[in-house]
Amino acid sequence: MSSIGTGYDLSVTTFSPDGRVFQIEYAAKAVDNSGTVVGIKCKDGIVIGVEKLIASKMMLPGSNRRIHSVHRHSGMGVAGLAADGRQIVARAKSEAHNYESTYGEPIPIKELADRVASYVHLCTLYWWLRPFGSGVILGGYDRDGPQLYMVEPSGVSYRYFGAAIGKGRQAAKTEIEKLKLSELTCLEGVIEVAKIIYGVHDEAKDKTFELEMSWVCDESNRQHQKVPEALLEEAKAAAQAALEEMDAD
Amino acid sequence: MDRDATADVNAPHSMGTTIIGVTYNGGVILGADSRTSTGLYVANRASDKITQLTDNVYICRSGSAADSQIVSDYVRYFLHQHTIQLGQPATVKVAANLVRLLAYNNKNMLQTGIIVGGWDKYEGGKIYGIPLGGTILEQPFAIGGSGSSYLYGFFDQAWKEGMTKEEAEQLVVKAVSLAIARDGASGGVVRTVTINSEGVTRNFYPGDQLPLWHDEVEAHNSLLDILNASNPEPMST
Repeated sequence: MSSIGTGYDLSVTTFSPDGRVFQIEYAAKAVDNSGTVVGIKCKDGIVIGVEKLIASKMMLPGSNRRIHSVHRHSGMGVAGLAADGRQIVARAKSEAHNYESTYGEPIPIKELADRVASYVHLCTLYWWLRPFGSGVILGGYDRDGPQLYMVEPSGVSYRYFGAAIGKGRQAAKTEIEKLKLSELTCLEGVIEVAKIIYGVHDEAKDKTFELEMSWVCDESNRQHQKVPEALLEEAKAAAQAALEEMDAD
Repeated sequence: MDRDATADVNAPHSMGTTIIGVTYNGGVILGADSRTSTGLYVANRASDKITQLTDNVYICRSGSAADSQIVSDYVRYFLHQHTIQLGQPATVKVAANLVRLLAYNNKNMLQTGIIVGGWDKYEGGKIYGIPLGGTILEQPFAIGGSGSSYLYGFFDQAWKEGMTKEEAEQLVVKAVSLAIARDGASGGVVRTVTINSEGVTRNFYPGDQLPLWHDEVEAHNSLLDILNASNPEPMST
């Protein structure tokens, strides 16, 4: 999978002879090595979950948030370099605010995804800028219903039913494909996402982790918010139980 | 007389005007008179004050003709770009918001009252009134221009929610006619534009076919018709 781009990988403005821009691929590696971020589109909304790897026991639970609200109706989960991710979120907030000031309505999620993708792509065009070392999963609920987008460090953005980035993305995607998303409500979706995150977490390789989840759905009045405490605990418990069942086999 | 007789002809064009926008069950109807005056001179007695911004959004213009035209040109331009970016028709709310941003931010230089009306798939038919200072107000019906002063009581009486297209059209034509009858700065013909899910329809009501009120006289083509009458003799006692 990885290859050395000797000589052609020094600058983001250099193509390799086989048409690759190595700097962008290296940026994607930063995302691949980070904690998993999962997003799914249920029939009545979006659920985003993050496997937040805890670097130190001294950290306060709930700090170093990986999921941020962009606007009342949308939020994004960030993977990769945290500081880079913060910039992307700041830009998204700014775009959403400006759009509403000019056009008098909340920014359509498709438009927001386009703008974020354009911005990330912009930073791959100049030698004096480096690409963002983070990818985001953007979920929102506008007048066309709930929508889920993913933006990669290269600047590509696609709309998804289910998406995953980070360490456990392969396993997570397999699990997501097993779900019948069009029949799932967000209440059920929260439990499923928790199970997936607990499932893909590698106890052997990684330290402990904290599960962070958010949703935007009919239950939450189409506002993006943290999954309520009670439901989060229920999801964690269900995920633990599912894990023990698997181990028992 | 010290007033130059040609002063009126060169004065800035203003639309004294009566403009109306009304929602009905399924869409909106915009109506207006057709008089553009420069002082006391009627510069255009058949103007079209209902202007298109997009396929589904039109505006009624009042006040300074130049100001209202420039505002509608800018908003048409912005909406066109917005539609391309979005990949679908702009909503009436967005069109109205763009109009009011121009009206508010340039309030010291502009003198135009605008009624924005249209239909979109999310909200259906909507009317937004944007008077002089740049306020934006979404209303079931809106009236504007100098002739509108005479219509406030009329609408309080005659307006009702959920009219049919025919009822709403008749209401608009009657209202504009009433205003034309009483407001010297409004006159000419009545134009209406109906916008709904099926598209846009323009209607035209010539000045001599407007409903008459209690003290008005039947329209005559010419008093010279008397010569063609059966008995051309002078009146007998």
